[in-house]
Amino acid sequence: MDRREFLGLAGAATALAATGTAAASGSTGTSAGAPEFVGILVDTTRCIGCRQCEVACAEAHGLPVPDPRTDEALAEHRDTTTTQWTVVNRFDTDRGEVFVKKQCMHCGQPACAAACPTNAMEKTHEGPIIWHGDRCMGCRYCMVACPFDIPKFEYMSPNPRIQKCIMCHDRLQEGKLPACVEACPMDALTFGTKRELMEEARTRIYNHPDDYVHHIYGEFEAGGTDWLYLAAVPFDQIGFRTDLGSDTYPDYTREFLYAVPLVFLGFPPLLYGLSELTRRREGGEE
Amino acid sequence: MMASTTQSLERQRSLWEFLREELRPKGPLLTPFNIISIPVILVGLVLVVIRFARGLGSVTNLNQAYPWGLWIGFDVMTGVAFAGGAYIITFTVHVLHAEKYHPIVRATVLNGFLSYLFYAGALTLDLGRPWHIINPIIGNKFGYNSILFLVAWHFLLYMASEFLEFSPVVAEWLNLEAARRFLNRMTLGVVIFGVTLSSLHQSGLGALFLFSKPKLHPLWYTEFLPVLFLVSSIFAGISMIIFEGTISHRVFADQIDPEHHHTFEDIVFGLAKGAAVSMYVYLFVKFVIFVHGQHWDYLGTKWGAWFLVEVLIFTLVPCALFTHGHRERRMGLIRWAAVMTLVGIILNRLNVSMIAFNWNNPATYVPSIPEIWITFMVVFCEIWVFRWVVLRMPVLREKPGPRPA
Ligand code: SF4
Ligand code: SF4
Repeated sequence: MDRREFLGLAGAATALAATGTAAASGSTGTSAGAPEFVGILVDTTRCIGCRQCEVACAEAHGLPVPDPRTDEALAEHRDTTTTQWTVVNRFDTDRGEVFVKKQCMHCGQPACAAACPTNAMEKTHEGPIIWHGDRCMGCRYCMVACPFDIPKFEYMSPNPRIQKCIMCHDRLQEGKLPACVEACPMDALTFGTKRELMEEARTRIYNHPDDYVHHIYGEFEAGGTDWLYLAAVPFDQIGFRTDLGSDTYPDYTREFLYAVPLVFLGFPPLLYGLSELTRRREGGEE
Repeated sequence: MMASTTQSLERQRSLWEFLREELRPKGPLLTPFNIISIPVILVGLVLVVIRFARGLGSVTNLNQAYPWGLWIGFDVMTGVAFAGGAYIITFTVHVLHAEKYHPIVRATVLNGFLSYLFYAGALTLDLGRPWHIINPIIGNKFGYNSILFLVAWHFLLYMASEFLEFSPVVAEWLNLEAARRFLNRMTLGVVIFGVTLSSLHQSGLGALFLFSKPKLHPLWYTEFLPVLFLVSSIFAGISMIIFEGTISHRVFADQIDPEHHHTFEDIVFGLAKGAAVSMYVYLFVKFVIFVHGQHWDYLGTKWGAWFLVEVLIFTLVPCALFTHGHRERRMGLIRWAAVMTLVGIILNRLNVSMIAFNWNNPATYVPSIPEIWITFMVVFCEIWVFRWVVLRMPVLREKPGPRPA
């Protein structure tokens, strides 16, 4: 057995172990037996910044198509907008230029959906988070809540929509790949279930330990996201927030929400008793 | 049969005439308040039309990083805290039977109800798709786990219960004796319901920002935001009663019997004590959170200075003034304390929802002139309705005044 084979075997072993962890972490997130969420693995070491994904995304969703032949767009760090659901940014790092695609992270337990009072932001069974125009009342609480600042609101429209990447939910229904994945010429984007993607990401790190930082962004961030990132440099150098913690968003408000029915049941009798008590005291004084 | 129909018709007509009579403006038209507020309201209405025709971006400075601005931060967050007086006073009077505060119940409840009415109104201006506002109510998909869903429901129910709390006054005004007695009997139940709802949505407004952990400056973010919002709504509400009462007693002096003028002073001293106590609790909780969070190094930054302005100058100082004013029975001090407390509440709510929000994001937000303008419009509209009601219904005076036969 040579080195290669050994690594391959070891990789498989890690992958197996990874499966276990993924399943374990999955059980805290979704109830057992729930369908697995799909996601996309972005390997920033492979991305060459050609922006074909931006073009494909715009074409697939009827948005204004950018011209990737000009380099101007890369001069600054762009944010996604109502008409650009994904953008590729260039970062100058210790290890040279790194290109990073940005879009909705499709969180496992998304803040936007936990915030939404109308369920207009919905995590579908498949995994993508989509927006329902017939439910949304435009309160923009999803924007306040999202740790990645992803939902974008059409401020200049009398009939505004919340716009963001939907992981091509419509295309997935038709059995197609997300447009960006299909368009990427470098195989920087890999589509699969989160479990498969975690295995794949771990295998790549294991096989090329010097090419990657040993961290998979999205494994735990904000409670875990269905989009995962690999990188050669620490993630804070390429525009990622590394201070998000691993709590899921519903955890932040769980206690408060539990308290609500208790208050509802407990307060009225308490208040009534109090009022009887003070009434009687007054009666005694008279 | 015929006779009774005509009779009831007549009664209806006289009620109708009475209402028409009451709808007419009373008092001089060209007061300074009218001269300022009428143009503000008229121009504001034009701005509202523009907002709905061309989108929120046409009148506001809201942007993708600051989805919530002045209309949420001031109108809703601050306004609801200011309206907290109603649940405090109804609790004190109807549950604790502290009869001393009875004379201010009606004005406070009216003020609370109108605040909610107009702030909820302002909320619909801020909604991008207000035609779906009924979705969370009618259950076109409930967002059960959403704090905002809860807050929306509590707003609605609380408005209903405040209206019921006030309804005996309306019945008295319309001379509907039976209805008044019936409504009066419901009061305790409604008050208990209202206090429960209030404590939940006052704290719920704070809970809205539990999700903002990565965005809100650490000096303001804490998992105890709901507790802080609830406790601060107590002294916010009390300060508003003192502030509004002081003005009412000047403006509507002829509505109030001299005897009541006297009791009002006494009431204010009692209120001052309540405010001071709740502020001690608030400051204590804030202090514990601060120490526990180990945020000492932030104090040296400009955010720290701003935090200290809010907590020391506009919470600790008025707290001391309330205490001193109560002990020495110095009305002037208490009035100052009330005003400073109100400023402190404005600062706190704006800090949490706008100013210290997204502190680490290069994007900025400063309210536009139309946003400020519309905020004034909302406040003025509320004052107009308040005045209209006070001049007609037995809110400040004990018994219904003379009415046309
Ligand atoms: S990144 Fe933001 S918008 Fe996307 S799923 Fe997560 S919380 Fe929702
Ligand atoms: S803006 Fe729409 S999608 Fe976002 S939280 Fe509000 S109702 Fe939900």
